[in-house]
Amino acid sequence: MADNSTDTATIQPYAKNETEKNRFILKQLVTKDFKLKYRRSVLGVVWSVLNPLLMMVVMSIVFSFLFSNGIENFPLYLILGNITFSFMSDSTSAALTSFLDAAPLLKKVKISRFVFPVQKVLFALVNFAFSLVAVALVMLWFRVMPTWHLIWLPVCLGLLIIFCIGIGLIIGSLAVFFRDVIHLWSVILTAWTYLTPLFWDFQLLIDKGAPLWVIGIVKANPMYGFVTFMRDIFLWNQSPSTEILALCAVWAVVMLAIGILVFRKSQHKFILYV
Amino acid sequence: MATTASSEYAIEVNDVTMIFNMASEQLNSLKEYFIKLVKHELFFNEFRALKNVSFKVRPGEVVGLVGTNGSGKSTMLKVIAGVLEASEGECVVRGNIAPLIELGAGFDLELTARENIYLNGALLGYTEEFIDAHFQEIIDFAELPDFVDMPMKNFSSGMVARIAFAIATITEPDILIVDETLSVGDVFFQEKCERRIQHFIEDGNVTVLFVSHSMDQVERICQRAVWIEKGDLRMDGPVDEVCKAYRAQFA
Repeated sequence: MADNSTDTATIQPYAKNETEKNRFILKQLVTKDFKLKYRRSVLGVVWSVLNPLLMMVVMSIVFSFLFSNGIENFPLYLILGNITFSFMSDSTSAALTSFLDAAPLLKKVKISRFVFPVQKVLFALVNFAFSLVAVALVMLWFRVMPTWHLIWLPVCLGLLIIFCIGIGLIIGSLAVFFRDVIHLWSVILTAWTYLTPLFWDFQLLIDKGAPLWVIGIVKANPMYGFVTFMRDIFLWNQSPSTEILALCAVWAVVMLAIGILVFRKSQHKFILYV
Repeated sequence: MATTASSEYAIEVNDVTMIFNMASEQLNSLKEYFIKLVKHELFFNEFRALKNVSFKVRPGEVVGLVGTNGSGKSTMLKVIAGVLEASEGECVVRGNIAPLIELGAGFDLELTARENIYLNGALLGYTEEFIDAHFQEIIDFAELPDFVDMPMKNFSSGMVARIAFAIATITEPDILIVDETLSVGDVFFQEKCERRIQHFIEDGNVTVLFVSHSMDQVERICQRAVWIEKGDLRMDGPVDEVCKAYRAQFA
């Protein structure tokens, strides 16, 4: 109020522009997700570290003999693939219903609608950060020294975030109009899990004489790109090849472009369908 | 009337029409959609909640919006607040809006009052530093110091209204929209809110849009009234004339 503003006169009540406003909204929404997820949980965030570790242990036991194909540090190979893929599947699954879940907000307050899928992707990123702690533990266990190649990590994550936001905008917008997309997406994610060399080795496909078109599909798979990128910098201590870099970058840009297009076309009708 | 010499309007509602498609049945699956599309059965019943409504509000003016239930008042407010987009026509708003349209809008009841104040403040466009600096003031105005760290799902609707009003009016907005949210508070809080609104009005910088079914309250607070009936703009003029005409229809 006016009479109280003397002592705090220097503080601007309102955000300078939309970007600043949206940034604060996003911060609050992601914080909210985080608090609600771990409320009343004894171990809390430790679960985000434990989860990928337990998964890795189970998969190592089962697949070491089947698919490892002599890969060094196979558990590390597994966990890197798993957390990268999980980031994509978690964030897109959450973004899928983000507009529908935000119905109370969409119907009552003025808000830039794109924040909801972005919120879900950023929240998945927080969880991903905790899984990196698990990766660090595994590297410590297997005495894998990190190298300077880790400076590529922001590039990899940046592209992956853009890629996921793009997908999130597409499927999130479609799900508002057709709830079928929700069921369809879980099928696609399952198929995608098997199509990506998470627990098997890409070389195995070539060795066993898989037809060229199968190899082509796997190689064009964006998640193959991101998973390989992560393994390059964490496990194999090398910079990603131009091929992988291009694959990730092209997919990220294409998905974001389609996402923005679909979202722009449909967002005005959201409120009538949520 | 308005104390400002500025020729710019704070709110311009130009020929706004709001159409809702009332599908005869909700089509939520692709299959249903295509079957209907192929059968040429994809018809919608149009419902016009607002029909070519126009009015302008100068900065600093206090306008009451009256009309019976379901006449389009809330739709009008939502268009002005930017929640709904007009199907036809346009609505231009200049300045920051503090919309008190629906109780608990923008609150997550799983969160505590403290967390909600930040969330809601963000949605209103406040900066974080500003909320930090005025947090105590908000709590004091709402008179709920003992419940700051309690999840809001345990709050009564009156308590939610107190928090909502306190956040939205902690700084002078350019435009204040007050729907009937206040009516859930107790008499003392209603009076407190009215005093704060009066304070804004006396300052002459805040444009107020006020919706109430209490003609007495509208006459007491507003200078001008707009009467919307069944989506049509019925009357727009000085508050006593409009209220007189509005009362006359029930006579």
